[in-house]
Amino acid sequence: MTEFELSKQRVAEGRESRKAAEMPRLSADEKEALLHRYHPDKKKEAYATIRIGPNQGQQTVHEVVRLLEGESPLTSKAPDLNPAHQVDVLIIGGGGAGSSAALMAQAAGAKVLMATKLRLGDSNTVMAEGGMQVAVSPEDSPVRHFVDSLKGGQMANDRTLLKALVSEGPEVAKWLIDMGVLFDREEDGNLSIRSGGGSSLPRLLRCKDYTGLELMRVLKDAVLNEEIQLLEFSPVIEFLTDGEGTCTGAVLKDLDTDKLIVVQAKTVIAATGGIGRLHIQGFPTSNHYGATGDGLAMSYRAGAALTFQDTFQYHPTGSVFPEAMAGLLVTEAIRSVGAQLLNVKGERFIYELETRDAVASAVIRECQEGRGVETPAGRKGVWLDMPLVDVLHGAGTLAEHFPNMVKQFSRYDIDISKDPVLIYPTLHYQNGGVKIDVDSESTLKNLFVAGEASGGIHGRNRLMGNSLLDIVVYGRRAGKAAAKRASEVDFKPLTLSHLDPFQAAKKAAGVVSETVSPILFPDYVNKG
Amino acid sequence: MTAASAEEKKTAPTITVEIMGKTHQVPEGLTMLQAMWHAGHELTRGAGCLGGICGACPSKYTTKEETKIKTALACQTQVEDGMSFSLVASYYPNRKVVADFTEIKDPKQEIFRLYPETALCRNCDACTQACPKGIDVRSGVWKAAFGDFKEGAALFLSCVMCSLCVPVCIADIAPNQVGLYMRRAQGIFFDQECGHLSARLEEIDRGKFDSEWKRLLSLPDEAILAEPRV
Repeated sequence: MTEFELSKQRVAEGRESRKAAEMPRLSADEKEALLHRYHPDKKKEAYATIRIGPNQGQQTVHEVVRLLEGESPLTSKAPDLNPAHQVDVLIIGGGGAGSSAALMAQAAGAKVLMATKLRLGDSNTVMAEGGMQVAVSPEDSPVRHFVDSLKGGQMANDRTLLKALVSEGPEVAKWLIDMGVLFDREEDGNLSIRSGGGSSLPRLLRCKDYTGLELMRVLKDAVLNEEIQLLEFSPVIEFLTDGEGTCTGAVLKDLDTDKLIVVQAKTVIAATGGIGRLHIQGFPTSNHYGATGDGLAMSYRAGAALTFQDTFQYHPTGSVFPEAMAGLLVTEAIRSVGAQLLNVKGERFIYELETRDAVASAVIRECQEGRGVETPAGRKGVWLDMPLVDVLHGAGTLAEHFPNMVKQFSRYDIDISKDPVLIYPTLHYQNGGVKIDVDSESTLKNLFVAGEASGGIHGRNRLMGNSLLDIVVYGRRAGKAAAKRASEVDFKPLTLSHLDPFQAAKKAAGVVSETVSPILFPDYVNKG
Repeated sequence: MTAASAEEKKTAPTITVEIMGKTHQVPEGLTMLQAMWHAGHELTRGAGCLGGICGACPSKYTTKEETKIKTALACQTQVEDGMSFSLVASYYPNRKVVADFTEIKDPKQEIFRLYPETALCRNCDACTQACPKGIDVRSGVWKAAFGDFKEGAALFLSCVMCSLCVPVCIADIAPNQVGLYMRRAQGIFFDQECGHLSARLEEIDRGKFDSEWKRLLSLPDEAILAEPRV
């Protein structure tokens, strides 16, 4: 029997004796020491200093530095900036934040154009499994949700943004339910809630383990019912400004023809999502194909400041075996209901519902110190003992509550009700992003940013279930604020003149860039 | 797939597959989409979440053993020797009917106006066989026709709107759109009220948490960290 098989057998043998065992929680000092030593955010050689722009002198990972310091696909002498479209609100991105923004802006009477790199709905939103945190139970409160999120964010969260996030949770839940989102219910009609890591009370609304799919399906359908003007397969490649610090539109690229499409807009909302497909520090990712940080690069060049651009979330439980599933997420909710993490010896090594940064660090520690399990493809991981869920709650629990997980693994002949699976942290979320105020406006006037592309709400670590809430709360806020602003201002000149000082700064700082950003897609094509 | 794993795959045993009409040698163990990248395809249409949940990569394929044309999500299906496959267009928007839920009075009747084909199912079961998510699509359509929206909605829970069920329907039904309409209608018209949520909204409206906010936001970090149950 291989070491792999032997280790798996040890997990099965230990299951019965482990099932009721308590695992001590980390003290604040222990957690800090663990993060300091093992969290990828603390790995100095992975980081570099940003040499130009609003965040000059600050640090982020090499992959993001390359993006921020990248060459524009256009020059300020670009030929023709005659607009093909003139709208009140241009929304870039067709995920949960962009769709929420579009619905609100449209409802406010604005003329809206949505442009998206792939199809409407193609986003990280659709992949969210665990749920959406909203303080609905009588024992809970928005204040308590705030405290949990702040502690989870290493006390770094922007408190004004966070207060708005948790306070509008119940209103947003109602908005979604009124549109037909079918959250799981209890017998009495109340919303069924579940615990998540770092939360002091159960607070996760969910639709089995298809929460993001359900949200996105409904939001997408609502956008289509509103007949909002939509340009798919048309990513934005550069923002336009008046040259004096106001965003005035954007240049899109039609992916089929490579033709440029100029849009003049009174306000622009960037809901461009995250960065997983940059494969920061070589990590696999749970993210969507289009998650290449486009909004970061373009906002930055146009003059918008970033915040917390140095911190990322590595979700503790990304699949590492079989190889075809590498990086795919195994929802945290499965640990909420009792699945345990075990090293090669079949021993637990962390309380499974510590915050994601701590659990990921502990998994990395086990693997670095020789207590990981090696996959046939040479990856390292630890076991996630999912069969324990059925032992604890009765046979069929996994099938009933995690149909998506059961199905994902069954394609590769792995029965998660019988066998543990191997996991390792996967690049999951950009904790920071473009700095915004409580109306979602960036430091570049009339450029609003919502969802994962923005930063500050989650501090240095986002709690499970706060992202689905974020995209809807701030998507809505951005949509409302941008529509209102659009009603107060006129169209302004379309220029790329902001590229000139950016180029000059690069030259002065000696930055030579081989990257053209936004990169739009990861490069997976075999060049032979 | 990271660069490192791509390196490893170069040394894996190769198999022969036909991708959109052209034969390629690719390493074992790849998904259809990974095989396309290996064969040099640049993907815009056809790639999405890469996790089987967004419906961007519906595909049709045959295997060495079987000439029957089967359906799959290309990001979720491993290639095998002798397989022939092709991405198919996602039929998503063209069968979608605009529905204004604020105007609908009787959603169980309205379905026959919006999607009149719903009543015409001839039980061939092709939709169910085409579904890569294993949904009992045919039963779902019948439940829509009979007004059993609650059970019908539940059947379509995992629908990724890939549309593979649409072109196979001999009655021209768009089952995925019928399923989504049924789910939304179930939520909008028939689900119970959430008492706790309504109570919480009322509490927020009357400012129940205002003093608590004021107190908390004035505290230094250490005090918040020490904050017991609020």
